[in-house]
Amino acid sequence: MVSLTVNGVEHRVEVEEDMPLLWVLRDVLNMTGTKYGCGVAACGACTVMVDGKAERSCALPVGAVSGKVTTIEGLSADRSHPVQKAWLAEQVPQCGYCQSGMIMAVSALLESNPRPTDADIDAALTNICRCGTYPRIRQAIHKAVEVRS
Amino acid sequence: MSAPQMPSRRQFLVATGAAGLLVGFGLPGRAGAQAPAAVPQGPAQLNGWVLVAPDGQVTIRCGRAEMGQGVFTGLATLVAEELGCDWRRLTVETGPPDALFKNIAGGKNILAPNHLLPREGGGFADWVLTGVATLATEQFTGGSTSISDGFVRAREAGAVARHMLVQAAARDWAVAAKDCTVEKGRVLHAASGRSADFGQLAARAQGIEPPDEVALKPRADWTLIGTSPPRLDLPGKVDGSAAFALDIRRPGMLFAAVANAPTLGGSLRALNAEEALKLPGVVAVRTVPGGIAAVADNSWRALRALAAVKADWDAGPHAGFDSAAVTRALAAALDQETDTAFETGDGAAALEGAQRRLQAEYSLPYLAHATMEPQTCTAEVTGAGVQVWAPTQAQTRAVKAAADAASVSASDVTLHTTLLGGGFGRRGEVDFIVQAVTLAKELGRPVQVVWSREEDMRHDFYRPATLARAEGALDGDGMPLAWRQRLAGQSIMARVFPPSTLMGTDPTMIEGAAHLPYAVPHQAVEVAAVDLPVPVGPWRAVGHSQNAFISECFLDEMAAAGGHDPLEYRRRLLKDHPRLLAVLNLAAEKAGWGTPLPAGRGRGIAFHVSFGTAVAQVAEVTVGPEGALKVDRVVAAVDCGTVVNPSIVEAQVQGAIAYALSAALFGRISVAGGAVEQGNFPDYEMIRIRHMPAVEVHVVPSTAPPAGIGEPGLPPLAPAVANAIFAATGKRVRSLPLVEQGFTVA
Repeated sequence: MVSLTVNGVEHRVEVEEDMPLLWVLRDVLNMTGTKYGCGVAACGACTVMVDGKAERSCALPVGAVSGKVTTIEGLSADRSHPVQKAWLAEQVPQCGYCQSGMIMAVSALLESNPRPTDADIDAALTNICRCGTYPRIRQAIHKAVEVRS
Repeated sequence: MSAPQMPSRRQFLVATGAAGLLVGFGLPGRAGAQAPAAVPQGPAQLNGWVLVAPDGQVTIRCGRAEMGQGVFTGLATLVAEELGCDWRRLTVETGPPDALFKNIAGGKNILAPNHLLPREGGGFADWVLTGVATLATEQFTGGSTSISDGFVRAREAGAVARHMLVQAAARDWAVAAKDCTVEKGRVLHAASGRSADFGQLAARAQGIEPPDEVALKPRADWTLIGTSPPRLDLPGKVDGSAAFALDIRRPGMLFAAVANAPTLGGSLRALNAEEALKLPGVVAVRTVPGGIAAVADNSWRALRALAAVKADWDAGPHAGFDSAAVTRALAAALDQETDTAFETGDGAAALEGAQRRLQAEYSLPYLAHATMEPQTCTAEVTGAGVQVWAPTQAQTRAVKAAADAASVSASDVTLHTTLLGGGFGRRGEVDFIVQAVTLAKELGRPVQVVWSREEDMRHDFYRPATLARAEGALDGDGMPLAWRQRLAGQSIMARVFPPSTLMGTDPTMIEGAAHLPYAVPHQAVEVAAVDLPVPVGPWRAVGHSQNAFISECFLDEMAAAGGHDPLEYRRRLLKDHPRLLAVLNLAAEKAGWGTPLPAGRGRGIAFHVSFGTAVAQVAEVTVGPEGALKVDRVVAAVDCGTVVNPSIVEAQVQGAIAYALSAALFGRISVAGGAVEQGNFPDYEMIRIRHMPAVEVHVVPSTAPPAGIGEPGLPPLAPAVANAIFAATGKRVRSLPLVEQGFTVA
């Protein structure tokens, strides 16, 4: 039995402590917005926030999660988070599979660095987008900064 | 020979099978006599493409898979342009497999490859080709054909539906249909001031006889085509609600982690599942076509159980096969007499005795697709039939594969095409579908097959490795007189679509090498198709992905040997193709070709026509000490004919550049001990945002028929970068990936 708080709701789940958070979210809690991409924390498709910090949930045992988890489903109720707004304004996603992780990673970045430079973005954002939405991601991050301020 | 019967408009527009019906709702009656009384609540299906709900919400069914290329929005734009619906009350879904959605443009391209810009339609030959293609083709999403295929049909579907809605209104109001107009999902009658929402009219419109002919709006009246309304698939892609295939959840569903035989051509000898079956949540361990599956109540338990299965694999006939064997086989094939697949002038004979000759060899590796969403499929087999939720680019093949796997007829299969977490050609295959259906049938419960990233990377149908020898002879002015390209690789079509190889060469092996637009008097393309155990398949841009590198790099070498500027050289060779020349010139102008760059930086150009679209790219690179490489900027110019959605065209070119750059910098699949060595992103690397150059996309305005856009942005990138490296360093790069050629990428 593991308890964890996801998007403000406390859950008690009957799973092994070493089960990665990703699969608990997807297969036990049926919150499928967080994606499986590589299973080795290399691509970032599974990025969620734990206490406001970006974490790759595919390699994070659920038993090791002590903070509050925010997933893409909990970022806003109505796509009103500045990053989501910027993503729509700049028409970022293509296939969209990596975008939950991208949006969570960027949201976490803006929490710690509200006005990232391009160099900051390059250093902080290591998620993979196979469709190559990178130019629009960059534009959208700068747009999100405007939306927030 | 009698000409094939052309399908009527009705056949084009109206779903033909039971799968095309919404449960409980019929199609419009032939004579319009079918009473609409049975349709008060649900959406009214006006034809195979258009459904209108009582609340006015319009659903457009498109027969293509949305894999990021924007096809939902593109085809919906075409329908909506004629229908006159409200963009804010519009949804799109992939329609059920249906003859209605056959890819006729794709079939035509396969039967009669289109080497440069699209042929103008019309004429007897085109009529025959269209007829044959209509009979022979399937429903698939590929070949950058969705917009060209739907350009007329989708608009006709919209126009027919609009006609029916207007007729319904006119009858209600006892006015002339010609006096009614349509605006944002409402029919209006100005003289009487009456208006009605599509939703109010839909049920009665369903009973209106579709017209035999509809007039499409003239281009000047377009209000949607050529604009960039917000993509219809994006809201769900920013809030996590978009349902990809891995997100399908069915009551009682099990998760099956699959291990395919680790070696190429390997098979299972025996398995011991004792330990695996003791683990919590594990339901079964089974063999499936290609390998074994551990089935559990969640994905992670299934993956863990799979790792606990003791499988005894027979390595099969290729246990000793490796990448060195690939190179040896391809090199040997290059040295043998090969078939001449394409020739102009005196062909290779013109090389003999020429004064100024040059030769170079190029080598390109196998590449994996590495879609972000690993291969997956969900299936449910009951007495009522087979349901499949698949991320498939190939609906026709998918249904057939599912039916065969379940031993039922195709009519017993209901295929739901989910959103695709990337496609790039990988999802035209059906291996993952067969596994899901097999397990669902055996276990009697819904099953979701989950491939780990490692399985996905090691069991792909790879972009073929290619070895090439290019030879050129220059005239006294340094211009190319003769050009021979000898290519050794593997045939994709021999497996995927054997009829296309009946005439000799697999067309995908020579596309982008033969039929080049350049005015070179004597050309020859010789091809050796080598049988190798590595499975190969279409990978974004297919043969163009390797052949453009070979032809555009060697053209650059000929320019340098002839003492000419690479841009000027291409300009002279394209002088007979003003439309292509305009693309080349636009890229050069926007890139500031010829303006000085600091030391260590270089600019390279490449031009290529594929899928009916011409693309020129100018790449700027910086090469630092120790080969530290950075691609700084790529300027692309594109002529893809009529642009339906400029924002999506730009995104597709940006994306193709990114996909091509990952391959050019890092991409290489290698084989050792009969198995693919790479398993995950650390060893098959992708570009990240820090590697992405500044990209500019410039589109040549055009009223020509629309051509492809998903793939054509890819082929010029690698040669443009290689040519830029030459400009920066004086060193030629003739093999990819660049990280294996002495370059480092931070």
